[in-house]
Amino acid sequence: MLIKLVQLAHCRSGDKGNTSNISVIAYHTEFYAPIKNQLSADEFKKFYSGVIKGNVTRYSLDELQMLNFVCEGALGGGVSRSLCLDNYGKSLSSRILSFKIEIDDNLEKLLQ
Amino acid sequence: MTIRIGSGSAWWGDRISPAKDNADRGQLNYLCFETMAEATISTAQVRKRKDPTFPGYDTWLDDRMKAVLPGCIKNKTKIISNQGWINPNGAAERIVYWLRTMGVRGIKVAAINGSLITQDVLNLTDTILETGEQTQLLENRIVSAEVYQGAEPVVQALRNGAQIVVTGRIADPSIFAAPMMFEYGWGMGEFMQLGFANGIGHLMECGAQVTGGYFADPGFKDVPRPWDLGFPIAEIQDDGTAIITKLEGTGGIVNAMTIKEQLLYEVHDPYNYITPDVVVDFSTTKIKEIAENRVMVSGITGKPRTPTLKVSIGCEEGFIGEDMFFYAGEGALKRARLAEIILRERFKIVGLEAEELRIDYLGLNAIHGDMTPEIKYEPYEIAVRVAARTATREEAMKVGREVDGMAVSGVGMTGKRVPHQDRTREIIGVWSSLVDRNKISPSIKLYES
Repeated sequence: MLIKLVQLAHCRSGDKGNTSNISVIAYHTEFYAPIKNQLSADEFKKFYSGVIKGNVTRYSLDELQMLNFVCEGALGGGVSRSLCLDNYGKSLSSRILSFKIEIDDNLEKLLQ
Repeated sequence: MTIRIGSGSAWWGDRISPAKDNADRGQLNYLCFETMAEATISTAQVRKRKDPTFPGYDTWLDDRMKAVLPGCIKNKTKIISNQGWINPNGAAERIVYWLRTMGVRGIKVAAINGSLITQDVLNLTDTILETGEQTQLLENRIVSAEVYQGAEPVVQALRNGAQIVVTGRIADPSIFAAPMMFEYGWGMGEFMQLGFANGIGHLMECGAQVTGGYFADPGFKDVPRPWDLGFPIAEIQDDGTAIITKLEGTGGIVNAMTIKEQLLYEVHDPYNYITPDVVVDFSTTKIKEIAENRVMVSGITGKPRTPTLKVSIGCEEGFIGEDMFFYAGEGALKRARLAEIILRERFKIVGLEAEELRIDYLGLNAIHGDMTPEIKYEPYEIAVRVAARTATREEAMKVGREVDGMAVSGVGMTGKRVPHQDRTREIIGVWSSLVDRNKISPSIKLYES
C-alpha cells in the first residue's frame, strides 16, 4: 500500500550557509528499507523542485535507521541574503512528509 | 566518576529560566552557554561601529548571569560560555562585577581571546568554501572574520584554575567537550574520546532541541507540557557513554527520537563531522532509552583533527526592504493578486533597482515557495508580503514607501499596519574559509572577583 512518509518517519531540517540538511528518521526498523529504497537523492530533489537549486547528497545511517539529505542551494542564497520569510528553512523538512512510499500491507499496524 | 554538564542556552534569544533551573537544581559540575549564530559576531561589529557604547558581548549577559550565578556559586558549578562575542575581556569583567555585587570573592574568571582575525584574514585565507573564489574578492566589504576555536584554550583556562570561562567564537560542541577533556585528562591525540566528547557536545549545543523543542507534531510526536521545556543535562562517564536527561518536574521529552533528530541537526556527512578538536563519526552511535527521559548514548567515535580551522567572514552585502498587508473574506485572493500587479507597476515607475524581488501570499505559498502544491480552495484570509534585496538602503526603503501607497491608493478592503517598524535591514553575508591552525594563537586573560 502507498503511505505518506508522515506515518513512517519524522524529520528535522538544519541550516549552514545556503545548504539545508534534512533528516528522515524511520519510526520503526521495518520502515527503513522501503524508505531507503524509494527515497533516493534524485527523488528527494524532484519533490523540492523550484526550491533546492543545487545538488542533493544522501547519507545513510543504517544502524540508526535514518537518512540525511544535504541540499545545496536550498536557502535562497543563504540565511542572511534569503528573501524567504523562513530564511533558515526550519520548515523545509515538513515538505518531504507528503512523499508517498510503497510498503507491505502487513506493516499497517505499525503506522504512526 | 560521573560529570554532569547542563545546557544554559542554545542561542542568544533563548529562555533564561530553564538555565536558572539547571543552575539551582541540576547538581551540575558545569553549566554551558551557547549564544551565537553565524552572523552574530558581524552584527555585533556593525552595532559597535554605530554605537561605541555597545560593550560587544551577549546583550543578555546581565540577565543570564544574575539568574544562574547564585545557584552556580552555591553548587560549585563551573560555567563555560561563548557570551564574549567581540569582547571576551569585557564579558569577564562584567561577570566579575556581578560576582562582587553578590558578595562573592575569589572566583577566577577567564577570558579567551584570539578568535578575531578581521585584520589578517585575507593573508591567512585563500578560498571561499561556498564559491571556490578567492577570499581576496571580499576585500573592502569585510565586517568581521573569526576563527572557530576548539576546546584547547578552555581546557587550559580550567587548568589555570578558572571557575568561569568566557570565549568569543568557538565551535559549539567544543564548549561542552572542554570540561570532559579537562576532567578526564583526554589529550588532543585521543581522538576516540574527543569524538565522543564533541558528539555529546553536538547533542547538547542546541539546548531544548534535544528535550522536546523543535519537535512536537501533534498526533505523531507529542510533547508533555511543551510550554515549560527543561534544558538538557548530560551525565558523562569516562568510558564513552553518556546519559542525556533533564530535570524532574520540567516539561518536554527526552527519547530516542529527540536524540536522533538532534544527532543530524546541521550535520552534513555524519561519518565525518569536522570540529576543531576532532572529526566525529556518528555512524556507530548507540541510542538506548533506559528510563523515562533518560537516554544512554554511546559508540560515537572520532578520527584525527584536520590541519585547518574554519573561518567565518561576514561581509556587507546590501539591504533588504520588506513589508506586508492583508486581505480577508470574499474575493481576498483576487484582491491580493490585483495588489501584486499594482505593486510591480509601481516599482517600475519609481525605478526600483533590486537584485531580487519577491512577492509572496502568506497563507498560500510564502514559506514553501515554488514547491507548494496547487491549492484547490479559496483562502479566507491572506497576507501579501513583499521583499527586495538592494545595493543601498535608499532603494530598500522604496518597498515600504510603495506599500504605504497601498493604503489610500490601493485595492479595496486592504488591511495595513501602521509603518511603526523599521522596514529595511542590512545584510551581513557570511562566507567560510579555512586557516592553518598553526597560525592562530589563542590567549587567556584571568580575572578574579
